[in-house]
Amino acid sequence: MITSLAIDRLAVSRGDRVLFSGLSLNLAAGQAVALVGANGAGKTSLLRVIAGLIRPEAGEVVFTDAADPVAPEDARSRDLHMIGHQDGLKTGRTAWEELLFQVLWTGGSRASAEAACQRLDLRRLLDLEVRKLSAGQRRRLALARLIASPRSLWLLDEPLAPLDAERRAFAGVLMREHLDAGGLIVAAVHDPLPVEARLFEVGA
Amino acid sequence: MFAFLYNPDRFMAFSRWAAPLFGAIAAVLAVVGLWLDFAAPPDYQQGYTIHVMFIHVPASMMSLFVYLCLAVASFLGLVFRQPLADAAARAAAPLGAGLTLLALVTGSLWGKPMWGTWWVWDARLTSELVLLLFYLGYMALQAAIDDEARAARACAILALVGVVNLPIVVFSVDWWNTLHQGSTLFAPSGQGLAPVYVPPFLIMIVAYLGAFGALWLVRIRAEVWRRRANVLAVRAAR
Amino acid sequence: MVLMRRELALSWGRGGGPMLAVAFYAAMATLLPLATGPAPSQLAVVAPGSAWLALALASLLSLERLFERDYEDGALDLLALGPAPLELVAAAKCLAQWITTAAPLALAAPVAAVALGASTALMPLICITALIGGLGFCFCGGIGAALSLGSRRGGLLIAVIVLPLFAPPVIFGAGAIEAYAGGLDWRTPLLFLCAYSLATAGLGPFAMAAACRNALS
Repeated sequence: MITSLAIDRLAVSRGDRVLFSGLSLNLAAGQAVALVGANGAGKTSLLRVIAGLIRPEAGEVVFTDAADPVAPEDARSRDLHMIGHQDGLKTGRTAWEELLFQVLWTGGSRASAEAACQRLDLRRLLDLEVRKLSAGQRRRLALARLIASPRSLWLLDEPLAPLDAERRAFAGVLMREHLDAGGLIVAAVHDPLPVEARLFEVGA
Repeated sequence: MFAFLYNPDRFMAFSRWAAPLFGAIAAVLAVVGLWLDFAAPPDYQQGYTIHVMFIHVPASMMSLFVYLCLAVASFLGLVFRQPLADAAARAAAPLGAGLTLLALVTGSLWGKPMWGTWWVWDARLTSELVLLLFYLGYMALQAAIDDEARAARACAILALVGVVNLPIVVFSVDWWNTLHQGSTLFAPSGQGLAPVYVPPFLIMIVAYLGAFGALWLVRIRAEVWRRRANVLAVRAAR
Repeated sequence: MVLMRRELALSWGRGGGPMLAVAFYAAMATLLPLATGPAPSQLAVVAPGSAWLALALASLLSLERLFERDYEDGALDLLALGPAPLELVAAAKCLAQWITTAAPLALAAPVAAVALGASTALMPLICITALIGGLGFCFCGGIGAALSLGSRRGGLLIAVIVLPLFAPPVIFGAGAIEAYAGGLDWRTPLLFLCAYSLATAGLGPFAMAAACRNALS
């Protein structure tokens, strides 16, 4: 269980372009941080570095569990959710099949997947093929994965973009619950998050 | 001591004098080697075509050696994340491919008077051909990935896979050749080479090494310059 | 882990993957006599070898989809963040590929070879070598597929990278069949084929995972 995230003097470059350097950020359980910045400033790259998909030029990302450090591979493979711009859903399969796989893969169970569908009002969609779903519906499937498989750290890249106002509010409720349970959220956004979050500018 | 291997500036300083030196040595040795070669008496069995051997065999040995260099550079680039090593690997590939092609062409030229055909599927030539395919695959992958760092790493992985596979391929081709014994037997050189041929042969090998060294260093220099120019251009465009 | 394998096998099992491979194989088996002339003596000589070659080419077909689809829709990110290491993910994909395309091909190959004039006594051996060789083809192919992620040229590039790696299994597989037909020792090449396939299955995933990580970065 990750209880805190510490980023220390991170430097990231893409190709020959240095996105940012000397970036430091600390996050504890129950806290959320909203990454803001211009397009191309490096918000997505920062999320991917935390997730371990990109290697930084300098600096490090440290996960701790109640003062003991957690090995990054463990943290990333067991205790971290990432929702990016893409959802990883296979178009030829049904929504339920894909959701079930994603939930089981990330450590949830069939029962928790069903409960998540119930909460997010997804039951009507489940038998549809993924190619027939709208962007908002796919995003709700991703959110279902978040609550069906309990993992402490949520890395969200513009999570609310395809959702309408009502569903955004509901997503806020889910985030609030996650934070109250001791989770951490790092989200890259252009609009304010529906939960209170510290603002952090990337690429300043 | 080995700073010139990973520090670009030290490398540039080193190669500024090393490249022309290698080139000069190579040129001198090549002249000496070829002169000795043509001065040597024709082989009782192979006649005048033995002269091709002095170009063909070192070329094929070098083609393997260059692949090894490429694999080592790839390994260093991959494990230590050295851009200079990546540049070295990328620079070596066309040289290796060229040498392989030279070996194949001269092998064919050597074979025509002996076997009567331009090509024969014997173990050595077929292995050379597969080696050429390895090089071509490497260069194709290099060209196909836009991001330079990613391309370098992908190619490094390919080179390492290739270097592990190469002995297997050579072994399997050899086995295949013995299975199909019906084809023309090709007596490989290096097997009981008459003493009069040995000095020019060795000289030619060293000449090839020198030439490769010089060309490789020059190509790596060009790589380093190209990257610096790119960085400046990107910066100027802001 | 078992779950992962099941999911991946399911993914590929649908969508006509095996049918496509078998259809391609049948097409090649048809084109061969059209190219060489129908004289049975000619065909019979090349039959086992060309049946084997067509197998290699048919395996190349579905390789492009192996990693590319997951890479494009973001599923590779998810797979990288799961409980199993990326090496196992890669191995599972290749295994699923093997089961869904190499197995049907292994059944089609003897049929095609006989149609081209090989003797029916060769059928069991052709089937076995196709199965084992198919494993090597799938894992080698997986290396090529993973390396060319994110590149512009997809299928053809994979073929260029991978075909030289196919040389040993092609040699050993066809060699085993020809040796059997000629009454020579066929066990040795078969063993080499097994060794090669097992070696690529064991070591290939490491190269594939490294290539995937490279592509994701």
